[in-house]
Amino acid sequence: MAETLDSTPCGALIIGGSAGSLDVLLEIFPALRKDIDFPIILVVHRKASNESLLTDLLKSHTILAVGEAEEKEFLSPGKVFIAPADYHMLIEEDQSISLDYSEKVNYSRPSIDVTFQSAAEVFREKLVCILLSGSNADGVEGLKSVNNFGGRVVIQNPNTAIMPYMPQQAVLNVEPHVILDSHDMADYINKLNG
Amino acid sequence: MISDAIDNEQVEILLNDVLESHGYDFLEYSHASIKRRIIRLYGLDNFVSFAEFRYTVKTDKQYFKRFLEEITVNVTEMFRDPSFYKSLRNDVLPVLGTYPFIRIWVAGCSTGEEAYSLAIVLKELNLLNKSLIYATDINPSVLDKAKKGMFPLNYLKQYSENYLQSGGLKDFSAYYTANYSLAKFDESLNKKMIFSTHNLVSDHSFNEFQLILCRNVLIYFDKDLQHKVFNLFDSSIEKLGYLALGSKESLEFWPKAKEYKRVKMEKIWRKL
Repeated sequence: MAETLDSTPCGALIIGGSAGSLDVLLEIFPALRKDIDFPIILVVHRKASNESLLTDLLKSHTILAVGEAEEKEFLSPGKVFIAPADYHMLIEEDQSISLDYSEKVNYSRPSIDVTFQSAAEVFREKLVCILLSGSNADGVEGLKSVNNFGGRVVIQNPNTAIMPYMPQQAVLNVEPHVILDSHDMADYINKLNG
Repeated sequence: MISDAIDNEQVEILLNDVLESHGYDFLEYSHASIKRRIIRLYGLDNFVSFAEFRYTVKTDKQYFKRFLEEITVNVTEMFRDPSFYKSLRNDVLPVLGTYPFIRIWVAGCSTGEEAYSLAIVLKELNLLNKSLIYATDINPSVLDKAKKGMFPLNYLKQYSENYLQSGGLKDFSAYYTANYSLAKFDESLNKKMIFSTHNLVSDHSFNEFQLILCRNVLIYFDKDLQHKVFNLFDSSIEKLGYLALGSKESLEFWPKAKEYKRVKMEKIWRKL
């Protein structure tokens, strides 16, 4: 099972994180290969006001193109799309981005669940979702959908998470494809290249 | 929420029913968002099968009211994006203030928070008396709330902060009286508002305006529908009038965009 999945090309990678995830992202991004052949989507909980901080920070830590996701923009390989602060981000069948200002989910907007769920059906077995450190349970329902549609679920080892609650909840409720220490993540992502 | 409770085909069936039976066209809404709203409502109201849900939406007029209210997003805020309101206050409204009469359309006004915010700025610029704000929405029940001008008191701390950041000059609490859990806004504000249903998908232009505000409505529409609505706005804006959009919305890919000039860094464009 695991082996057949590993040979499936990756259509999109989504990384969800909350409190304590920034350190992991700053460890992952400098180590990513420059010829990544799938889009990377980031959904990170943060305050509504400090809008471009995360984008600017990541830009200075990777050679990949990084930008805040724009409404109706098409996903493209090798680019990092950051869900804007205070909007939910959904993926359409044609792999374009929809933004949504509806109610918060798990006290969060953007909500990791919302993006995981909408992408699960679009990319099916070609989707890889990683859930990082955090102190609420956002992302868990989304990972269930990813599992249902045959995508790969990757969870940060709660023992290596600054805030273990979120990955812990995921491990308890979803069968992960793999659990990774934070320092093994970049290597795992680089190997997703087809 | 079970995210796969309703599939794409069923969404399409349901939206076709809604158009046929009730005359509301959601077929050109962004698919992922509307699908999520539908699945959310299906779960909230504990339907056991798609067939039951479909039948209720199609035949039960009372339930359809709820459907309409829940399927559209009505989340809004007063003085949302303070820098936007600062630009309205400093760059746009003073220019309109040179006109004898100011007509403004708040399209997709939801429960009215943006219309009241606008009225407050107009009042502080001494322009409210010669202004008229047309506030419209597809959804009659949110308009009933908007007319009352009563907003939950627990949001007012945030609104007051937004107001001050947007360049507000007064004590924000001077504009409302607290009434149990609600803040009732001063009636001098909504005296200058006209509330009416209007469906951006199917209804036509009904007047000419110097300013149209339509924020966080177009993100729910697909590209073609967005362009249709821009055309509708274009035929409803006077020469040298303004169009204001939400922080993630843009005129950029609309063919007539070059006939509009962006105002500074905000999502405000002026018709040339």
